[in-house]
Amino acid sequence: MLLSVENLKSSYGKIKALHGINFHIDEGEVVCIIGANGAGKSTTLMSISRMQSVEPGSKMTFMGKNLLDYPADKVVSKLGISHVPEGRRLFGNLTVMENIILSAFARKDKKAVRNDIERVFSIFPRLEERKTQKAGTLSGGEQQMLAVGRAFISARKLMLLDEPSMGLAPLLMLNVFDALKQINKEGTAILLVEQNARMALQFSQRGYVLETGNIIIEGKSEYLLNSPDVKKAYLGA
Amino acid sequence: MQYFLQNLVNGLQWGSFYALVAIGYSMVYGILMLFNFAHGDIFMVGAYIGFFTATGLVALAAVGNIILPSWVIITLTMLIAMFLNAFVGMAVERIGYRPLRDAPRASAAITGLMIGIILETGNLALLGASRRAFPPLIKPVTYNISGVFITNQKILIIVVALSLTFMLHLFIRHTKWGMAMRAMAYDFVITPLMGVPLNTIIALTFAIGSALAAAAGVLFGIAYPVLGPYMGIIIGWKAFVAAILGGRGSILGSAAAGFLLGFIEIFVVMIFPSTMRDFIAYSIILLILTFLPNGFFGEPYSARLRL
Repeated sequence: MLLSVENLKSSYGKIKALHGINFHIDEGEVVCIIGANGAGKSTTLMSISRMQSVEPGSKMTFMGKNLLDYPADKVVSKLGISHVPEGRRLFGNLTVMENIILSAFARKDKKAVRNDIERVFSIFPRLEERKTQKAGTLSGGEQQMLAVGRAFISARKLMLLDEPSMGLAPLLMLNVFDALKQINKEGTAILLVEQNARMALQFSQRGYVLETGNIIIEGKSEYLLNSPDVKKAYLGA
Repeated sequence: MQYFLQNLVNGLQWGSFYALVAIGYSMVYGILMLFNFAHGDIFMVGAYIGFFTATGLVALAAVGNIILPSWVIITLTMLIAMFLNAFVGMAVERIGYRPLRDAPRASAAITGLMIGIILETGNLALLGASRRAFPPLIKPVTYNISGVFITNQKILIIVVALSLTFMLHLFIRHTKWGMAMRAMAYDFVITPLMGVPLNTIIALTFAIGSALAAAAGVLFGIAYPVLGPYMGIIIGWKAFVAAILGGRGSILGSAAAGFLLGFIEIFVVMIFPSTMRDFIAYSIILLILTFLPNGFFGEPYSARLRL
């Protein structure tokens, strides 16, 4: 098991966001969490990357290590978990290349970093063309590419993806998901959070359905795609 | 014309101190949205560290009967003062500001004022009220360039201030630490997701700002060799004005505004009696800010974008 999450609880002040959820990810797996707006999907990802504080009793183990021992930057640099946050959150004042260089901040293996940057440019040739441009001037699709590329360079064992399809035209969305499929094939496990449930379930092997801070259904993605409850609530069919 | 050029040189020297101190204000603000009101006193501490280092070096050379050329003493004094004052700045951040990172900004501002008072009165308690004379490190030589008088001290001060500013600019533009600082100025919260340790970069920011303040302190000691515990207050406030005028978070903007402040003060005295210097100079600044509320290089809302 790559990541196991037990009894994860988190809240914003008095408002409880997660009521003690359990889930896990195996090596090389693509897992999705689907659910409506405000169900707690982003909070889940932010808890894993330690951007959001969790309540006592929460347990998270990553490759046998207690994830809660690591601050946010070490989760990336020491554990190898990257996070593509909701809304991409690029550094708009930096160029595309600077955004990429920054994502390798803690990495000492300079040669491998150079190869990884080459790799990112081969997956997303558009980024190489826009190398010297400020990230703030990119189109939505290019921004998502940069966000994924940046995460790819920062850490490679597990990638957390928050709504990668948001705001993208269907064709661009397929582009991004193709790239993610490649990245996964090369050994990176993916935890995907999506409102676009059909897309997410088609892309992943297993899924969890989150509703107001509780996991209510879990299973193989094909099973969820065909489950009447999921269909009715999340697939609009 | 000569008179004008003469004052231009004088203004450039006078502005050097403001510029170097203003950069420290601006960098911290750019990243933490926090005015480090202790920064003027960090400048004072830097000047004192420079004083003790220089005095020590001169005494050491006398004891060991070594003839240290003055440029060696100046370089060593500068480097040691910058190095040690960097730790003063980091300590101020660690003790004063980090515990209040998530507190309202007003609390942090008050903390800065308190740390400033502690540094001033701490100096007073430790060293007493007597002022210190900075040892004369340079034998003054005056050059007459077609009627404009320039001393070697002035040249030193101006060259050091300009080159430190330029080096810092390159550092911010081209190193990964500089990139991390600019990234934090843009989106502080998300930066750790790039594997960037926030606290390290914040400490580095304070270290650099304080090192520049120490450089300003040593240069100030060379030009005006009388040090007192409250010497940082006025310089600090004026450098703060320069940081705002430059556009919060902009290195070159703050430096430029620091020099401008120097010019304005010197040129006011060219025309008006010197007792009216600050009255007129800061009325002019007030007027500039009325029309340019974001400073020269600042942007509305997100002054943080500019580092």
